[in-house]
Amino acid sequence: MGSISNSYLETKNLSKSFGSFQAIKDISISIKEGEFVCFLGPSGCGKTTLLRCIAGLEIQSAGMVFQKDLDISNLPPSNRDFGIVFQSYALFPNLNVFSNISYGLINNKWKKDDVKRRVDELLELVNLTDHAKKYPSQLSGGEQQRVALSRALATSPGLLLLDEPLSALDAKVRVFLRKQIRDLQRKLGVTTIMVTHDQEEAQTMADRIFVMKDGEIIQSGTPNEIYTKANSPFIASFIGSMNFFPAVISNSNQVRCNNVEIYCDTADFKKDDSVQIAIRPEDIQLKKENSDDNILPAKIRDIEFLGSFQRVYFESNNITKDLIIVDVPSVNARKIKLMPNQEMDLYFSREDIRVYPG
Amino acid sequence: MKLLNFANMRRSKDSSDRVGQFMLVSYIILFLLFLVLPLGSLISKSLQNKNGDFVGLANYNLYLQEPALFQSLYNSLFVAVSSTVIVVILAFLFSYALTRTCMPFKGFFRLIALIPLLSPSILAAIALVYWFGNQGILKEVLLGKSIYGPIGIIMASVYWTFPHALIILTTSLSLSDSRLYEAAEVLKTSKLRAFFTITIPGARYGIISTAFVIFTQVFTDFGVPKVIGGNYNVLATDIYKEVVGMQNFQMGAVISMVLLVPAMIAFFIDRYSRKKQISLLTSRSVVFKPKKHFKVDMIMLCFCSVLALIIILMIGMAQYGAIVKFWPYNLNFTLKNYNFEVAGLGWDSFYNSVRLAFYAAIFGTIIIFIGSYLIEKLRINEGTRNLVQFFALMPMAVPGLVLGLAYIFFFNAKDNPLNFIYATMIILVVNTIVHFYTVSHLTAITALKQMDKEFESVSLSLKIPIYKMFWRVTLPVCLPPIFDISIYLFVNAMTTVSGVIFLYSYDTTLASVSAIHLDEQGEVAKAAAMAMLIVYVSVAVRLTHTIITKKVLRKTQAWRYNIIDSN
Repeated sequence: MGSISNSYLETKNLSKSFGSFQAIKDISISIKEGEFVCFLGPSGCGKTTLLRCIAGLEIQSAGMVFQKDLDISNLPPSNRDFGIVFQSYALFPNLNVFSNISYGLINNKWKKDDVKRRVDELLELVNLTDHAKKYPSQLSGGEQQRVALSRALATSPGLLLLDEPLSALDAKVRVFLRKQIRDLQRKLGVTTIMVTHDQEEAQTMADRIFVMKDGEIIQSGTPNEIYTKANSPFIASFIGSMNFFPAVISNSNQVRCNNVEIYCDTADFKKDDSVQIAIRPEDIQLKKENSDDNILPAKIRDIEFLGSFQRVYFESNNITKDLIIVDVPSVNARKIKLMPNQEMDLYFSREDIRVYPG
Repeated sequence: MKLLNFANMRRSKDSSDRVGQFMLVSYIILFLLFLVLPLGSLISKSLQNKNGDFVGLANYNLYLQEPALFQSLYNSLFVAVSSTVIVVILAFLFSYALTRTCMPFKGFFRLIALIPLLSPSILAAIALVYWFGNQGILKEVLLGKSIYGPIGIIMASVYWTFPHALIILTTSLSLSDSRLYEAAEVLKTSKLRAFFTITIPGARYGIISTAFVIFTQVFTDFGVPKVIGGNYNVLATDIYKEVVGMQNFQMGAVISMVLLVPAMIAFFIDRYSRKKQISLLTSRSVVFKPKKHFKVDMIMLCFCSVLALIIILMIGMAQYGAIVKFWPYNLNFTLKNYNFEVAGLGWDSFYNSVRLAFYAAIFGTIIIFIGSYLIEKLRINEGTRNLVQFFALMPMAVPGLVLGLAYIFFFNAKDNPLNFIYATMIILVVNTIVHFYTVSHLTAITALKQMDKEFESVSLSLKIPIYKMFWRVTLPVCLPPIFDISIYLFVNAMTTVSGVIFLYSYDTTLASVSAIHLDEQGEVAKAAAMAMLIVYVSVAVRLTHTIITKKVLRKTQAWRYNIIDSN
């Protein structure tokens, strides 16, 4: 609903320009208390600028920011309530882990014992208890990022901002930290905004994703909604893989691609509209499952082995010059024994096809 | 819409932002007072006649019609270009030996090569007088030519500018990607071709930059031509003669402008080529490690040994001259040359120099570091930032002699409320800080750039005021470059001549200036003694610096030395 009383953080018509370049345009969003949201988009889409405006690190050109119904648009960052973690960790190199984490506590006039207790608690939370005396340069990237996270959480801020926190890390560490951050966030219930360009990261961590492009939010929703009901070809191809075929509406619930008729839901379109139909690689089957499935004869051109599934490239000149990507679970692929140049029929259900304006 | 605009108007900033903005504005005012306005009064002086009436370019016309003065311009260009060519070649080979070969004793050679930095430029001239002067031991080597003239100027200039060239070239030669050489080798490229297609292009900007820096230094130097120039006039000595000898301030101003313009041009070319240099090495490059090559290593060893020997002989001769009784007739040792009372000077000028060096080092370091921090780290108006950055770079382009003369015109004016600093220690300190501002400023900026740009954001999010974070993190982390800056200011304040030659007064004579006057009076041994005093202090300060770096820094910089793999 986005009514003020229901939201923890809200932006209203937020814009920011750098010279003549508009980094974000007229953004209005609302985030509930305890929610984990992601700003997802390619580099240069304005997601970091949006985060920095919320933090007060950039001053918006127009618009307002509310936190707990309070207008914080004009407050400097030091008067706002948030903790922040950067891609570069930004740990103070001359202070050890303990001093880094307690950095914000000492200023708030905490007693010495309380500071120690709080830091110990945080170190345990991120499994770094033995590292308190070490300097940042003695820690691995993943460990440094956990220290940065503890430092941001030390003063128990109401809002946690994560600016590409995992982008500088190795693939394995990244997957491990994804889960640790997510678990920590659930445990503490802190409202969290993460900026990322990695769609997998956003999908696995967020309660809600805001997909951004050219300074605007082009879709928001749960990871599942974004994946299955992408509202534009851009999002459909940015999040996961997608096959696209140009087509023309030939009848109600029927389109023509080249000279193949395909059945799908065309409710939003008129006859003779030119459209793009899209289908995910995993939604194309090698066996008939429903009686009303679309059928497409095709020939295997290439097979890539990707662990749990195999990506098979099919050629079907009747429908498109591009290759059609089909993901086959490895279990099935082993049974069928796929070989290049093999000819077979592809099946896909009409419910799995999405239709976009051409 | 109206409401939104209203909201924007009353947007409040951090108090630290406001303080930063305020401080930067005061930097602008200081730069205006101590750099821009003095230079302005120099320019206006060059457009006036003796009575202070505006006469347009009449003085410049006069200058162009005076063949003697014009000859000086040619002479200045001649010695500057000759010295530059020689220094660039020698320093390039020397730094090549240091960075690209496996020559033994590199540390020793590096140390020796930097010795000239510790002495005033006139020390080289004095040593040359002892070697090749009218009573010099090697006088015959010159085949009847006099050392007093272009030969002496060029030799002394090469000596004192050599380490400056070496520093720039060593830096630029050590920035090389060994993968390039491996690629060349795999493609069966000869060593010589690799040298001309990889090494030279890689160091190209370093060489250009060196050439312009050295050119400017020699072109604007006053001490060397004063001591060993004889009747060979150059622009710097002309200015001195016009101002001090003939009290012709207008012509002094005109010649200053003639000196200033080439220095400015050289400065901008240098800045441009330095910018290009940075982009050559990426973070993925693999640093070059030289391989043993007996023949090359030995040739380089011989070459460096010869240069090192010359440097030692130069400073050695100055020291020797300072402690013998009566060169060349009585070579018994004595300390009487260190008794400057006889020449009516005493040790006051020496103490003044040390005081000046301390003040310049302490206040200069504080002012310059805070200034560069404001520019680099605070959220401030872009225009203000650029203006201060421009002012901070400007002093590099202004020769010391020109700045000194500009200070006379500006601060000696009766109606200037700052007139009271004229002929005091204050004006010497201010002049020295401004004169050496740029290099210190760039050192500080480089150090600050290496710190994560998000530290300030983190501090704000943790509600730590910026000044606290400056004190607890920025300052400790930047301690090594801060020490470097203070040492640089100290040694330069001790050795500079050109910046202060017009500004000292009876109470504030300085060691380097006294050495020139002693030489003028024919007291060459005393001049050598005075110049050597400067060397002693510079060496002592350097040594102290090394010890401090080792002991104190070990404590504050523990994090630097503790990079161990924790797993």
